[in-house]
Amino acid sequence: MVRKECVAMLLAGGEGRRLGALTQRLAKPAVPFGGKYRIIDFTLSNCSNSGIDTVGVLTQYQPLILNSYLGIGSPWDLDRKNGGVTVLPPFVEQKGGRWYKGTANAIYQNIYYIERYNPQYVLVISGDHIYKMNYDLMLQEHIKRGAEATIALIEVPREEASRFGIMNIDEQDRIIDFEEKPQQPKTNLASMGIYIFNWDVLKHYLIRDEENPYSSNDFGKDIIPRMLQEERALYAYRFQDYWKDVGTIESLWEANMDLLDENPELNLYDNEWRIFTVNPNFPPQYISPTSLVQRSLINEGCMVFGDVDHSVLFHGVQVGEGSVIKDSIIMPNVKLGANVTVHRAIIAEGTVVSDGCVIGSPDEEEAPITLIAENSFIAANSKIVQQPSTSVKKG
Amino acid sequence: MKNVIGVINLGKSQTLLDDLTRNRSIASVPFAGRYRLIDFALSNMVNSGLSKVAVFTLNKSRSLTDHLGSGKEWDLDRKHGGLFILPPAINFLDEEYKGDLQNFHGHIDYFRRSSKEEYVIVSRSHMVCNINYTEAFKQHVESKADVTVLYKRMDLKTESLSACTSVEIDSKGRVLGMQEVLETDDDVSRNVYMETFIINKSLLVELIEDSVYQGKYDLTSSVIIENLSRMRVVGYEHHGHLAIINSTASYYRESMRLLCPNVWRGLFFQPGLIYTKIKDEPPVKFMEGAHVANSMIANGCIVQGTVENSILFRGVKVAPGAVVRNSIIMQDCEIGEEAHIENMILDKEVHIQEGKMLHEHQGQPIVIDKRSVL
Repeated sequence: MVRKECVAMLLAGGEGRRLGALTQRLAKPAVPFGGKYRIIDFTLSNCSNSGIDTVGVLTQYQPLILNSYLGIGSPWDLDRKNGGVTVLPPFVEQKGGRWYKGTANAIYQNIYYIERYNPQYVLVISGDHIYKMNYDLMLQEHIKRGAEATIALIEVPREEASRFGIMNIDEQDRIIDFEEKPQQPKTNLASMGIYIFNWDVLKHYLIRDEENPYSSNDFGKDIIPRMLQEERALYAYRFQDYWKDVGTIESLWEANMDLLDENPELNLYDNEWRIFTVNPNFPPQYISPTSLVQRSLINEGCMVFGDVDHSVLFHGVQVGEGSVIKDSIIMPNVKLGANVTVHRAIIAEGTVVSDGCVIGSPDEEEAPITLIAENSFIAANSKIVQQPSTSVKKG
Repeated sequence: MKNVIGVINLGKSQTLLDDLTRNRSIASVPFAGRYRLIDFALSNMVNSGLSKVAVFTLNKSRSLTDHLGSGKEWDLDRKHGGLFILPPAINFLDEEYKGDLQNFHGHIDYFRRSSKEEYVIVSRSHMVCNINYTEAFKQHVESKADVTVLYKRMDLKTESLSACTSVEIDSKGRVLGMQEVLETDDDVSRNVYMETFIINKSLLVELIEDSVYQGKYDLTSSVIIENLSRMRVVGYEHHGHLAIINSTASYYRESMRLLCPNVWRGLFFQPGLIYTKIKDEPPVKFMEGAHVANSMIANGCIVQGTVENSILFRGVKVAPGAVVRNSIIMQDCEIGEEAHIENMILDKEVHIQEGKMLHEHQGQPIVIDKRSVL
């Protein structure tokens, strides 16, 4: 193998439990986003656009759709003779085998994969976040500072800080303290779960961590604190652009709605940093003579005969005459009949909503988001409203 | 249809679309918001199960080869077979291009190299349809035809059939005659030859060599028409939508027909999908104040103004207050604020500046050249 400067390890085994019915048959990174994409497209496109051409994707939970989606990586220009995308599920060997116990263990179990490329640096990222980032700039910073590990840092609102790994840094951005999901966060400087390590250093810590029976084998809880304790050179890399964890129905909905702003923070129309995805080969959308479509994002293959306001429609969606969609996300190949009202809802892939249905409560501004599971069939004139904290309707 | 190879014959010069074909071959004329004409012919072959297809080019093939690439988008990047882009095999310094059959002759090894394929489907790019050739091929084999020609019954009153060939067929489906359609013909409908035929490979090779030996270089007349009495030539009728692009007027008319939902469904989804080069454009963004009616909008567009009865290709920007009506706007055009465009065809990357009025009310729509700034 030709030596690679940097190999990316993309953690994509997340179950996304808080996404409820959306992740029944999908791993979280495969959840549709932004009218055209799946969440993992953002990190894969970041790798591709940053010039990282060797990406190991660690899968575990519900891998079928994700694996077939990744294929040989051609949509992201990652079908390479040397390197490219490699899907790395848990495996067994002669002395046994097991599931990935934690984020660090997932990398530990794939030391052999990384060693094939004999890299100087390993980039660890997760397929759960929506953002555009040039990892090469982070790597250059890592090299310039002579760091052994660099962690991407973003400032978050104080009240949300306890959901993240929180760090404290000195004036040279050297990390002096790191706590995973602290109850009393000391700062609002959150780890984005993006790490660059010198491979020899990381390998050493992974092996030691594995030998420790009390470790939870997690980067934030075990590896980083141990490195700090031993006074390794850990630096923070500040990131100030759009970054969103879409771990809940509400945050997924919000992140989609963010794209509908007049000048969204996350610009999808940047020709220098395209987000790549698998293409469905559908024709351009058709908008009927009587439709009114505003403040929306609509993908190829849609046929719209009704009104759409402030919503995201994925490919192949049909909207019947007299239907009104507002503040909603309609995932691929959903068919909405005539005179359907959809308000503050997420309708998952392949669902059929018959004529006259009302999804969500059109009169309530702050109603909870109504979620309809994939491939559901909603009979004519049904009314479906999400009650606060009740289970979602199943297909 | 594993034993069938395909040829897309672009070796016949066509000047009917001059404005749109000044810098490109007719096969690479953009159509339907995100495609080029050749996508339909190529996708039809692939969707019918062919995995070896040659494109015989003539000239101005830069945009065509750029578009086709390795054939990956059509699943034609194959170890065996796949896509062959074959320019004329002649010495331009002392030889003159004599006709499309010369391409077939120059690349005769394409047909000869493998003996396992027994049949060839030949088509061209300006007859736009979505068809699976399996039925026609089955008929070809079962009827023991030498050649099967595809045709569609079309109305002279609604179509412009200039430079089209009509097919005369007897009650058993056998082709008796083929001749150019004359606009003055009083009959209301015609069986129009779709410039597509199925032929046994060995027979094709034989006919190519015979014709060239006799100094004949026109494929349709020397391979089919002149042999109608000697060979068993059978017709196969296509019932789906067919758009014949043979003039700027027909290009415009056929584009506007796509705004009928039944045509849209019929041309893009049934029986197969149409593949094209992927551009990775984001979904269309409709802004506050956008008003879009009866239009087809491709990805990457940002619409703030009014768009009616129009087709927007990928990456078009329509600024606030701008109005686009009855027009075709190709890739990456920008329509400035308060500009009005009516009955226009804008080639790629045209910039219409603020407040500009471009109307055409009489006659056919006007084509604005690629990269113009108005």
